[in-house]
Amino acid sequence: MQGLYEQLEKDVRYKEGMKACMNCGVCTAICPAAEVSDYDPRMVMNIVQERDEQELEKLLKSDTIWRCGECLSCKTRCPRGNVPCYVIQALRALSIETGFFIESEQGRKQLAIKRTVGDHILKYGYCIYIDEVDLETYPEQGPVWDWMRKNRNSMMKRLGTSYSEDRSGTLRNTTQESLNDLKRIFDETGGTGRFEKIEKYSSEKAKELGKEFSSGKDEYWKFVYNKQENGNNP
Amino acid sequence: MKLKRNEIWTAYQKDIADDKYYFARSCIRQNIFPAAENLYLNILRDVLGKDIYDDARQTTCTGIAYHSGLIPMETIMTVVARQFALMNQAGYENFVVSCVTSFGIYIEMLETWKHFPETEEKTRKALKRATGMTFTIPKNLVHASDVIYKFRKEIAAQSKYRLINKNTGEPLKVVDHVGCHYAKIFPSHGLGGAEYPYVLAGMIDEWGGEQVDYPERRHCCGFGFRQYLLKSNRGYSVSNSKKKFDSMLPYKPDLIIANCPGCTFFLDRWQYVIAGQAGITYGENGYGIPVLTYEEIAGLLLGHDPWDIGLQSHQVSVEPLLDKLGINYNPEMKYKGQDGEDIGTPEHPEVLKCY
Repeated sequence: MQGLYEQLEKDVRYKEGMKACMNCGVCTAICPAAEVSDYDPRMVMNIVQERDEQELEKLLKSDTIWRCGECLSCKTRCPRGNVPCYVIQALRALSIETGFFIESEQGRKQLAIKRTVGDHILKYGYCIYIDEVDLETYPEQGPVWDWMRKNRNSMMKRLGTSYSEDRSGTLRNTTQESLNDLKRIFDETGGTGRFEKIEKYSSEKAKELGKEFSSGKDEYWKFVYNKQENGNNP
Repeated sequence: MKLKRNEIWTAYQKDIADDKYYFARSCIRQNIFPAAENLYLNILRDVLGKDIYDDARQTTCTGIAYHSGLIPMETIMTVVARQFALMNQAGYENFVVSCVTSFGIYIEMLETWKHFPETEEKTRKALKRATGMTFTIPKNLVHASDVIYKFRKEIAAQSKYRLINKNTGEPLKVVDHVGCHYAKIFPSHGLGGAEYPYVLAGMIDEWGGEQVDYPERRHCCGFGFRQYLLKSNRGYSVSNSKKKFDSMLPYKPDLIIANCPGCTFFLDRWQYVIAGQAGITYGENGYGIPVLTYEEIAGLLLGHDPWDIGLQSHQVSVEPLLDKLGINYNPEMKYKGQDGEDIGTPEHPEVLKCY
């Protein structure tokens, strides 16, 4: 079996993002995630460049790598041309491939994203679709959205969209041919495999935690989607 | 010659094609502000006389999933390649991207192919195996707001209104919010670069408004991809937007203009949430600060009816802005359905005042 660093170094984002970090901390100073949590990209870069397999494994199993918001402000600012966010992207990919993501609370939440945005891509051809954006899941959408969504058959016509229609335009039905292309691309390039790994490892964790695990918004989905930092569910 | 602070943007320019564009839609924009993209296409076709192609076969670029750590780079790279192949098949060379996340994605894939040529080769083979398609790289690839910036003078020339308060004759104070992925990843691909992006400020200047230069002008709106997508993580998102609102409040902006679909959404909706959670409102008299996209502003100035261009889909009421601009509108029509039928009205939030 390949070592973790051996796997990490194959990722072009790691090659591009990790040059030589002098730990100045500018990335942490500019980071929106560092403002609202104990996330510290400077520390991530430091741990990774130490090249200690055990420390890397700990990082892959931690909440830390899931804190970044991928705004990429760090890319603009690093005086040495490092990109902490690219390193995070490579670490996240490796965490899923190895199944380590399941060891952290934040990592486990990837299932919730897979079963919303991930599944929407292959079902609708887009990451988001009005039919799926309900107030229970997205309460901040507010009353105007709720009104518009409930009246979408009328409102989407008034606003000139192609909602639920087989033609070009806003919110049209994506053709089956295009959906088939997406699926084949996912199969060919590891997207499907990545989704299967998220489901497989999540299923094992659900069993361990005694949560019902099937598909869609099942008990385990609700558990990981809603779980707060303090361990309580809202 | 030393440039003044408000002239630094002039050092960062880029090529924006004149005509014949292939349009790539946005996941967020077509859902949250469903009239915006049609308005964009109409402005390009009817006002500017341009050829822009809207392809029924296109899909998401998968950028939201990619930046949430959900899909491999090889997958998004190949989806991007398919979009380029569709552009080739339609006979176009200039790619215009509606979404700022997507814009960053397309540039990133092109740059990766330059730095790691083997990834382009691998992508070409994967696309061929998966779909039978081949592709050539676009001659010109820009964000949709770049095109409006390029033709801002032509739009001004045909406009009925300017960003002027009709009651005072003073320029409206306008906050520009440029999405992080427009220029922070690849500054040379953004008008004005990462430090002084001019893409929206140029529209404000040309259309009669006054830029608001506040301390957190360049701070992220707080989307954070997975941080917003997960209910438990949304504190990240609202906290970053609040930081911006608190910073801009002393300048009393009349309007926020954004070029990123996500940013427009968050800066609109988080005002509703902050009002409910903290009792703070940022506009005048308990209302919010209206948050519009660049083409929504252009549409208003060109004389479009605000309800025909979907401004009722914003949670923050736009009426205070319409009144300042001197735009006549029929409040009775705001919440009517397709044929003018009564379909009810949205509930009023407890704190944020809405029309």
